Amino acid sequence: MRFMLLFSRQGKLRLQKWYTATAERDKKKMVRELMQIVLARKPKMCSFLEWRDLKIVYKRYASLYFCCAIEEQDNELITLEVIHRFVELLDKYFGSVCELDIIFNFEKAYFILDEFLMGGEIQDTSKKSVLKAIEQADLLQEEDESPRSVLEEMGLA
Amino acid sequence: MALKIVKGSIDRMFDKNLQDLVRGIRNHKEDEAKYISTCIDEIKQELKQDNIAVKANAVCKLTYLQMLGYDVSWAAFNIVEVMSSSKFTYKRIGYLAASQCFHENTDVIMLTTNQIRKDLSSPNQYDTGVALTGLSCFVTPDLARDLANDIMTLMSHTKPYIRKKAVLIMYKVFLKYPESLRPAFPRLKEKLEDPDPGVQSAAVNVICELARRNPKNYLSLAPLFFKLMTSSTNNWVLIKIIKLFGALTPLEPRLGKKLIEPLTNLIHSTSAMSLLYECVNTVIAGQYSCSVGNTKSHSAQWPQPFLCVQKLRILIEDSDQNLKYLGLLAMSKILKTHPKSVQSHKDLILQCLDDKDESIRLRALDLLYGMVSKKNLMEIVKKLMIHVDKAEGTTYRDELLTKIIDICSQSNYQYITNFEWYISILVELTRLEGTRHGHLIASQMLDVAIRVKAIRAFAVAQMATLLDNAHLLTGNMQRNGICEVLYASAWICGEFSEHLENPMQTLEAMLRPKVATLPGHIQAVYVQNAAKLFATILKNQEGNTDSTTAQETSQLMIDRLPLFVQSANLEVQERASCILQLVKYIQKLQQKDVEIAEEVSALFAGELNPVAPKAQKKVPVPEGLDLDAWINEPPSESESEDEQPKAIFTKEEPKHSRPRHTEVDEKELARRREARKQEQANNPFYIKASPSSQKVYQDAPGVEHIPVVQIDLSVPLKVPGLPMSDQYVKLEEERRQKERAEKKKKEKKKRKEKRSGRGRKHDSGPESEEDITPAHVVDIVTEEMPEDHNHLPSPYLSKVKICICIFYLSRPLADSEKLPVRSHRAAGAPKSSAEDGEVENATSQEPKKKSSKEKREKKKDKDRERKVRFGCWKHFPPSETDSWSALNSLFFLFFFPLALPTKVCDIQGNLQDGSQVVVSVIFENKCESFLKSMEFNVLDSLNSKLQRPEGSGPHDGLTVPFQLPPGVSNEARFVFTVQSIVMPQKLKGTLTFIVKNEDSSTHEKLDFKLHFTCTSYLITTPCYSDAFAKLLESGDLKSSSVRLEGVNMPFHHLLARICFHHHFSVVERIDSCASMYSRSIQGHHVCLLVKTSGQTVSIDAKCDEPTLLGNVLDEIKQTFSQC
Repeated sequence: MRFMLLFSRQGKLRLQKWYTATAERDKKKMVRELMQIVLARKPKMCSFLEWRDLKIVYKRYASLYFCCAIEEQDNELITLEVIHRFVELLDKYFGSVCELDIIFNFEKAYFILDEFLMGGEIQDTSKKSVLKAIEQADLLQEEDESPRSVLEEMGLA
Repeated sequence: MALKIVKGSIDRMFDKNLQDLVRGIRNHKEDEAKYISTCIDEIKQELKQDNIAVKANAVCKLTYLQMLGYDVSWAAFNIVEVMSSSKFTYKRIGYLAASQCFHENTDVIMLTTNQIRKDLSSPNQYDTGVALTGLSCFVTPDLARDLANDIMTLMSHTKPYIRKKAVLIMYKVFLKYPESLRPAFPRLKEKLEDPDPGVQSAAVNVICELARRNPKNYLSLAPLFFKLMTSSTNNWVLIKIIKLFGALTPLEPRLGKKLIEPLTNLIHSTSAMSLLYECVNTVIAGQYSCSVGNTKSHSAQWPQPFLCVQKLRILIEDSDQNLKYLGLLAMSKILKTHPKSVQSHKDLILQCLDDKDESIRLRALDLLYGMVSKKNLMEIVKKLMIHVDKAEGTTYRDELLTKIIDICSQSNYQYITNFEWYISILVELTRLEGTRHGHLIASQMLDVAIRVKAIRAFAVAQMATLLDNAHLLTGNMQRNGICEVLYASAWICGEFSEHLENPMQTLEAMLRPKVATLPGHIQAVYVQNAAKLFATILKNQEGNTDSTTAQETSQLMIDRLPLFVQSANLEVQERASCILQLVKYIQKLQQKDVEIAEEVSALFAGELNPVAPKAQKKVPVPEGLDLDAWINEPPSESESEDEQPKAIFTKEEPKHSRPRHTEVDEKELARRREARKQEQANNPFYIKASPSSQKVYQDAPGVEHIPVVQIDLSVPLKVPGLPMSDQYVKLEEERRQKERAEKKKKEKKKRKEKRSGRGRKHDSGPESEEDITPAHVVDIVTEEMPEDHNHLPSPYLSKVKICICIFYLSRPLADSEKLPVRSHRAAGAPKSSAEDGEVENATSQEPKKKSSKEKREKKKDKDRERKVRFGCWKHFPPSETDSWSALNSLFFLFFFPLALPTKVCDIQGNLQDGSQVVVSVIFENKCESFLKSMEFNVLDSLNSKLQRPEGSGPHDGLTVPFQLPPGVSNEARFVFTVQSIVMPQKLKGTLTFIVKNEDSSTHEKLDFKLHFTCTSYLITTPCYSDAFAKLLESGDLKSSSVRLEGVNMPFHHLLARICFHHHFSVVERIDSCASMYSRSIQGHHVCLLVKTSGQTVSIDAKCDEPTLLGNVLDEIKQTFSQC
């Protein structure tokens, strides 16, 4: 997979993950172009399109579009499956996820994505192990944070 | 110190966190940029703080802003600071920011190496994990080199969580630092059998991706993967493995054989569409690679596409748009290798045209292009036309339009059987509003009207109607492309005006004031063709005592043309004023009652004929002409470039005098060349080389055998008003039915005639592709002339006309018997199936060779005499052999009128180089039994030998590589080596074969003779008179002469006869005296001087080989002794 984008119906980018090094300017251009194409498609249309030398697989969940760019030989259906799996993970993590969850906790969304995909390849096909990894990392973070809040109180005191 | 901490903490309370930032941005929709710039200022302040928590918060906000498109590269160092925090919370944020913002050129990356190494070896697996994740995004060649070893160690980490990530990141490391692949590979391979499924699938992923780049190195892993494939139940992994095998099979065809079974099982059993799709795709790719490579023996190993097509049908029938789309996509891949199996699903594909989804419709359109045949073209196009009407959105409609034209015109209109129908389709397409493809329709109209002669009358009538209704096209057009069609209409009406029913009306339509609103280049064509029409009208009126019509026409021209004279377009203006003056002059003459029609029409005399792509090459360059030499001193380069041919459809450019480029660099030249090519491509009169066409002939052995029967059109040629293509679909159906009925009748008759009790029934069954005969014949100028084709008499060189592709084979061959035959050879085929009368006719021309012989009587058929008539045929009438008569070939015709195994052998010899002769023999089985094990043998002479495969003896026969069912014919070729060509040759031969009846089989034998005459070694070669004179002067030639008495024919017939029968060409002719020239395949010159007086003809001949000359003269004498 080359990259994954999340954007809203209004054409606002919510998440972007590039798995190959791309210059900022090119990124911006590609994002703009793709958003235009995908948003122009009608709801009943199929989820695939050919764009430049890539295949684009996208799917809309509520007001969010999930959009992946894959290479010529890649399997479109399994990419749809990847998108769906990612949405399921978000859903499990946030508890019926909505766009706002992703906007306000965008770093969390990235963490989940990073546990699920790495370098554009599936890291773990089991939902359970991905969620477990995230939960444990979060736990670690909270452990980090709790002693700090004590410090803070000390500082204030 | 404490105070500082307190102060920092208090400040922090007022800092925005990420949530505040997001909320703030959402609340400042109107002045977002301003709000963000203040936020960035705040962030810059925060980054200056020592507190790492503050910094991390700032970096987190920056990451968000970066996603919104703001440049944050200035904070790279702060990101590194946050990454190095010992606290996981901040480290996580730092690595996230780095993975989003860093790229190969970020200079601070080199500062991170040690930090990353430290994190990788951290006891906390999540520290390691976060570092690996981040690294996977921003790894550079330097980082890869420095950290490869650390990562490799991690591949054997105790925690599967780390192993998995380490394996995956190795792929990125390999890409950046390929040297690491070799040392790391053994460990990677181990991971394929890791107990943890996650690690295992990661290893499969990495190896699969690596193998896609360079499959050769991974062949050795095939057994391991095969084991994984049969044992794994994880679809994600299975898909990767199958993909990997897809990459490996082209290298190791034996793999394909092994894969069939598991793949077929998976296709049958899996419920996961993604896996099914991957399997089908791999099978298709396997078949494709087999059909492309010459590994024919392996192609059988792949399962037939039947199963795939069946499964794809299920996908396409699914209500899920995605599956439909992918099904069509995969179908189009099968179409490349197995078109037949896709064609049977035509109905389904056509249904997809009704789909709501445009991308599905476009896929279906692509498929249709490859699916059309003679039989279904009309139906498919009819369906497409309905869609054109329904289509909303011009892009899709334009796409449909181009597809319709593509489909119809592909391979030189191969699939069109009725051109009236096609013209009607084109005319219907002109009614599309706002299409960009007017010029495409126009060029099709021109192409068809020029090349399909039979259609011209119809086309002209249609075009006249179009011109008459031009306002319908141009009514609401503003710069709309469809008016280009009028260009074609005007030109066709003018050029072929003799077909016009009412030229006056058309002329009037072409000179309407509204025409002046059309684009300039179209007006110019209007004006020019109005003049052509004018000429035609004058010609029609000639001899008419009442000259008012002619004068009225002149007046009309004089009245209307001034409008064009005032045109702003130079081309229009120039043409109009020229023609106006001309008409004024004509009018003057008319008033004096001078007959001028002849002269006026001479202005436009001559027919435009298509020219073969390489015709110019065939024209011999006259001696002493150096085409590369400059006639004048070479001007500056740019000038020669300026005379580019003017394309017809280019937009008129205002003709400002452009500044001349004095220097043209290489690039510019290339660009211009490209532009010129483009222009030529748009020019319908520039016949391009079409590389595909020849391939068609060779690849599709059946093409030449398509019987073309001249059919009286049951359709009235003039259809009032605009045509409706639909009616043709119906008419065509009727026509085909009628044909079929006739064919059946004929067959019945035949069967009756045979009055055989056990005549096998072969019902014509369902109409096969080859049975459909085109109603019109296209002049297709594609076939190259044979290389030695340079005999064309010089006057014709300027207008070379080559029309081939018309075959009058009355008896079509069954599919299985067809051989790839070059078309010029096939044109000879009519003679093979010629009627008895024709055979005798031919033999009567050559009495000597007519030597009919009594053959041994057959044991079985003692009461019947077997007569062998033997004729020699050198040429066909020139009209039919335009393109190939130069092929010096000798035709032997054997005819065996027998009740039992009867065969006609049409032996054509084709002399190609100095010592080799190719003889094509057509075997036709005329009896009702099956013939097999045919062996062809010739008794070699000292001079001529049959070429036998190495290792066989000089008396062994050659096996004919086919069997002959009753009523079937086939061609076989035999090569002879000839040493000397100065003497005629007769070779005795025998054909042995087994006649197989239902109950018995007998061995039979036929004797025959092959006759190679000396004339047949001559090649018609043109010669110019000066070269001819030089040749005679040289004195190397021996002379000989012959007198023919009682020749009772005009001199030019006599010359034609010599040219025709003996392959000579006329060099010069003065009254009753002519010089002629020919050359043998071994380069002997033969010169003749033919004189006639009364009934006596004397031929003085010179040749460098006296024996050859004597024999040729003898043969000439024989030709005339019978007249």
